[in-house]
Amino acid sequence: MSLLTLSGLTASYGATPALFGVDLEVGAGEVVALMGRNGMGKTTTVRAISRIIGSEGTLRFDGHDLHGMPSHRVARAGIGLVPEGRRCFADLTVTENLIAAARLGDWSLDRVHGLFPRLGERAGQRAASLSGGEQQMLAIGRALMTNPRLLILDEATEGLAPIVRQEIWAAIRALKAGTGMAILLIDKSLKELSTVADRAVILERGRTVWAGAMGALSDEITQQYVGV
Amino acid sequence: MISERMLNLTVIGGLLAVALAALVLDQPFTITLATRVAILSLAAVGLNIALGLGGLVSFGHAAFFGIGGYAMGILAYHAQTYTPLDLGLFTVAGTKSMPVIWLVAMVLSALAALLIGLLALRTSGVYFIMITLAFAQMFYYFTLSWSAYGGEDGLSIYIRNGFPGLNTLVPIQFFGICFVILCAALYLFHRLEHAPFGLALGSARQAPMRVETVGLSPMRLRLVAFVLSGAITGLAGALFADLNRFVSPTMFSWHMSGELIVLIILGGVARLIGPVIGAVLFVVLEHYLGGMTEFWKIWLGVILLLIVLFARGGVAGLLSPRKVGHD
Repeated sequence: MSLLTLSGLTASYGATPALFGVDLEVGAGEVVALMGRNGMGKTTTVRAISRIIGSEGTLRFDGHDLHGMPSHRVARAGIGLVPEGRRCFADLTVTENLIAAARLGDWSLDRVHGLFPRLGERAGQRAASLSGGEQQMLAIGRALMTNPRLLILDEATEGLAPIVRQEIWAAIRALKAGTGMAILLIDKSLKELSTVADRAVILERGRTVWAGAMGALSDEITQQYVGV
Repeated sequence: MISERMLNLTVIGGLLAVALAALVLDQPFTITLATRVAILSLAAVGLNIALGLGGLVSFGHAAFFGIGGYAMGILAYHAQTYTPLDLGLFTVAGTKSMPVIWLVAMVLSALAALLIGLLALRTSGVYFIMITLAFAQMFYYFTLSWSAYGGEDGLSIYIRNGFPGLNTLVPIQFFGICFVILCAALYLFHRLEHAPFGLALGSARQAPMRVETVGLSPMRLRLVAFVLSGAITGLAGALFADLNRFVSPTMFSWHMSGELIVLIILGGVARLIGPVIGAVLFVVLEHYLGGMTEFWKIWLGVILLLIVLFARGGVAGLLSPRKVGHD
């Protein structure tokens, strides 16, 4: 059974329509890549799932309709969002960022430190003074501390040095292998996505234009819709 | 520049030292001034939870201060006149017991804060300021015409309420009670500031959407903070009324709300010891400048202006600056 289901989802920013019909399914324990060129509606889809913006159509998580839920209820229902641009709590330390969001469950400070040892080393440092890569690790750690069943990573490796990207990808692979958590990934690195994602969904101008197994994604399709 | 911990210990230790020195030198009025500092600090520590941690500029905290004061006044009035307090469905006896009065003051203030918060917290900025002010003014005008409890003239309590094992009429003993409660409130503030609740509340002030996306409701966080804040300020109101053995509608006035904000801005917004420093400055200026000129608040205004312009973290920020992060 699908954990997250979007069907015919539409959304707009004020009077400007942004999504015209997004269909997307993420099963329990599945890693799904949400792909498409810039401005095609990937982040808007994530914002609609998290109820940061309103939407219409089918939007269900674990059998519950997310429409009408405020953002914090969506997060409590089990959707952990790592937003584009990291967005840590700048004035708080690494540990404070993690415990401010913590909810009872499998994830603890020690487990997050195990996934990202750098966060353990910088436990008392303010988030604002961390490097971009460390802030990204913190944003992922903070989302994990809410003990989500679905983790959404929006451009988690954007603008990071190659070595830091490798650390983030290693963590994502570890999450897939070790937790059974469902993950919805937005990223521009087709090479990395193909090693970790089970399925891919491609958006074009606010619509789902292709969905299928990652292995079925042909060069022709990626050239046409993703531009690589 | 000194560390924040050292500053906190110096200020709170200094307040205790002044009261003890006054005891040794037989200066009971100075002890009363120190008691006034402790009570005003307590009220401002309450407000600091909402204003400092939550960023809620409540211009109506006099409502809770006054509710605490009237809870004390009404219960003590019925005890001293041996008349029952008629609550419509049932009657209760008055009491001169401080712990009971404190409990009633805190529960009533918390309830008022809950109701006011549920409405006021749906707004923000200047609208929040105006709504909280409007609620406090409603209480003010109500008590002004509440003739059963003195109306405009207020209500005098002849003998200070009692605390088991202590003689509250002895200034140092009453100071001791207020000082211990202040320390407890400061400890609560400190724990709250570093607890997940306080961290999330502070973050909700800066980035409410980020807090929402980790599963926390900024509205709920703010409401809890507002209720806690109201309860502590209400407790201070009960002690203030006991200090003066008098309650009047002025406890609800907007001047009172303004003074509590001034105390925090003087001392340092969101700083643990800020309200205490503010209250010390306020009472010292009130007493010494007030003895020289009727217009002492002009000088308070000048000091406030200088603090706002040149020391954004208040006196605490000046003496022990904090680093601020940005992203």
